[in-house]
Amino acid sequence: MFESLSDRLQSAIHKMKGYGKITEDNINEVLKEIRLSLLEADVNYKVVKEFTNTVKEKALGQEVQTSINPGDLFVKIVNDELTELLGGDVVPLNMKGSPAILMLVGLQGSGKTTTIGKLANFLRKKHSKKPLLVACDVYRPAAIDQLKQLGKQLNIEVYEEGKQDPVEICRHALSYALENHYDYVLIDTAGRLHIDEELMDELSKINQAVHPNEILLVIDSMMGQDAINVITGFHECLPLTGVILTKLDGDTRGGVALSVRHLTNVPIKFIGISEKLDGLTSFDPERMSGRILGMGDVVSLVEKAQEAIDEKEAERTAKKMQSGKFDLEDFLSSLKQIRRMGPLESLIKLIPGASKMGLNHIKIDPKQMDHIEAIVLSMTPQERRNPDIIKASRKTRIAKGSGTSVQEVNQLLKQFEQMKKMMKQFSNGKFKMPF
Amino acid sequence: MGIFNKIKTIFNKEESLEEKIINDSVEDNAIKEEIEIYEKGLTKSREGFVSRLVNLTNKYKKVNEEYFEELEEILIMADIGVNTVEDFLDRLRDRVRHENIENPEVLKEIIVDELFIIYVDGDVLVNKVNYSEDGPTVILFVGVNGVGKTTTIGKLATKMKSEGKKVLLVGADTFRAGAVEQLKEWSERSRVAFYGKENSDPASVVYDGVQKAINEDYDVVLVDTAGRLQNKTNLMKELEKINKVITSLISDAPQEVLLVIDATTGQNGISQAIAFKEITPITGIVLSKLDGTAKGGIVLAIKEKVDIPVKFIGLGEGQNDLQVFDIEKYIYGLFKDL
Repeated sequence: MFESLSDRLQSAIHKMKGYGKITEDNINEVLKEIRLSLLEADVNYKVVKEFTNTVKEKALGQEVQTSINPGDLFVKIVNDELTELLGGDVVPLNMKGSPAILMLVGLQGSGKTTTIGKLANFLRKKHSKKPLLVACDVYRPAAIDQLKQLGKQLNIEVYEEGKQDPVEICRHALSYALENHYDYVLIDTAGRLHIDEELMDELSKINQAVHPNEILLVIDSMMGQDAINVITGFHECLPLTGVILTKLDGDTRGGVALSVRHLTNVPIKFIGISEKLDGLTSFDPERMSGRILGMGDVVSLVEKAQEAIDEKEAERTAKKMQSGKFDLEDFLSSLKQIRRMGPLESLIKLIPGASKMGLNHIKIDPKQMDHIEAIVLSMTPQERRNPDIIKASRKTRIAKGSGTSVQEVNQLLKQFEQMKKMMKQFSNGKFKMPF
Repeated sequence: MGIFNKIKTIFNKEESLEEKIINDSVEDNAIKEEIEIYEKGLTKSREGFVSRLVNLTNKYKKVNEEYFEELEEILIMADIGVNTVEDFLDRLRDRVRHENIENPEVLKEIIVDELFIIYVDGDVLVNKVNYSEDGPTVILFVGVNGVGKTTTIGKLATKMKSEGKKVLLVGADTFRAGAVEQLKEWSERSRVAFYGKENSDPASVVYDGVQKAINEDYDVVLVDTAGRLQNKTNLMKELEKINKVITSLISDAPQEVLLVIDATTGQNGISQAIAFKEITPITGIVLSKLDGTAKGGIVLAIKEKVDIPVKFIGLGEGQNDLQVFDIEKYIYGLFKDL
């Protein structure tokens, strides 16, 4: 995400670095690039205007003239401004009260129902508490069914009364939650246009009836300039406490992230980064702005790895790697752990400098991973522990068993050998891990 | 007289309206009704766009650089896209220079004409569904998540049913929870047939659905697919397979592949159009959710850059709010207060 935006900004800033000092002339050229780039990214027109003005003012100020390297300082100014625009400090969820009530609102198709599933899953994982989902989308066909299916997948209870009055459903759900000691109540509402007075009124009534701790507006990150009308429309009707940006795993530049807080003062709290039910993560403005500028996002990479990887298992594997006793059994378990972290493409993007190395457009076919896994699974435990014994007839059998070809089996064995060599070099200290 | 004024005269005068259509009062009423739906559905979009353009015209006595800067803002805010807007403004500046235009009042009409030209660009515009001459016509719906594919199919089914067609809906979104159920509910509302299976391979559901349509002599098959972000290789491959499966059963099918785009979409719409067109032979766009404040200007950029025309627009939540896209009615609906 954001890669195209960051590429444009980076090349613009790179131009800046070529100059000895910042002058009115050369800064205008860079600012023009930045302006176009931000507009292409769907950043609100007014925000772009203000942003370029502020950066210009600061860059032409005293700090820069006393600086040795104007380019670096310019990067810092742009970075600080971006962070500022993205919302300064992180604002956590207000989880006071038992149960804590969260309501999700938004336009049709922004991703409320999927997000509510992810959010419940996230809260349960982080705080190990008991959430209750409330189905209040009584308009869209099968919306209740969708939430029930998500609840089933996650093993989280869903409160529903069919197509009744949503305000009443919420009241009843709240008493149900109190009686049964739920910690969180998450209300899924129907998608609606911010100009639909009747339906907006329904939301106000729910708000008055149950007083949610958090009213979160769910916004599609592919949204264009109309975002501001939607955000202000909802904000005028409801005391919004936060925004969740969805579908950031697409190739959208997500400029709407830059507009949200600046124009409304409502913080972005979460972002949706995959279709899977663990594809929701806290929004961190500093990281996001670092990402926009191509500084990478090591912190989220490490966090992701920590969540997915069994530490003891990892330690055992690491020891084996160092001693050179790493075999295909270990390889298989590592493969599974990596897959648990989600699609590889999204991991690669978190690596610092990935876009510079051209890695951001890399596409990894999950089927290829399937093939590798199938090959290893078609070996006997003995073969996995000692790959050297795999000769022609065994190879044919493995290829048949895994539905691949002997060539693919050969390729895998060869790659595995190379990997083992590399690991030895790592442990001998000849290489440094990239992170 | 500019193109826009011609359109305006046509829709304002009863005589011209009658000239335009065959003297058939039923059809006449139907057309009037359609124009009303356009006018009503575009009310909010119009308010945000035209009133600003009118203000701009009143504010400036003479066309100057500041005028252009404000015009740029209005066009970008309509999501027409920064590159398309820059080109557009360059052309406009040229015309202003060559034709010595000073009066913003005159320029206002030229702006509408030029926007029309971006979209039409010398093409013969086809907004009719390409029905197969014999055997079922298959229409495949594709798009990213949450744009309104299923709802569009539901509305279109109602429309086709009322035209006397035998319609089958095929639910191949086997990924999203409740999606198949959602389409099934639509088939009940529109009283058309339904085929779908949850938790199975989408291509095989499509195969069985199209096979059913052939065996049971359906006129139209509307195929719903899962929403997919255009940068997800495996999901795009799945779509490619679905398309192939349809062609393997009926060689000239799918007769239509419609890309559904949410009117609130920004510049990513261009990337969506390019990526989906690479995988499937997209024949048109359904611009959904135009009844909000969004202007859907991205379709101008898509037409210009990727050359895909809009075939339908969604102007409301009602079953009859899906309309065949008519650039003349659209421009009239958007600029009638001008």
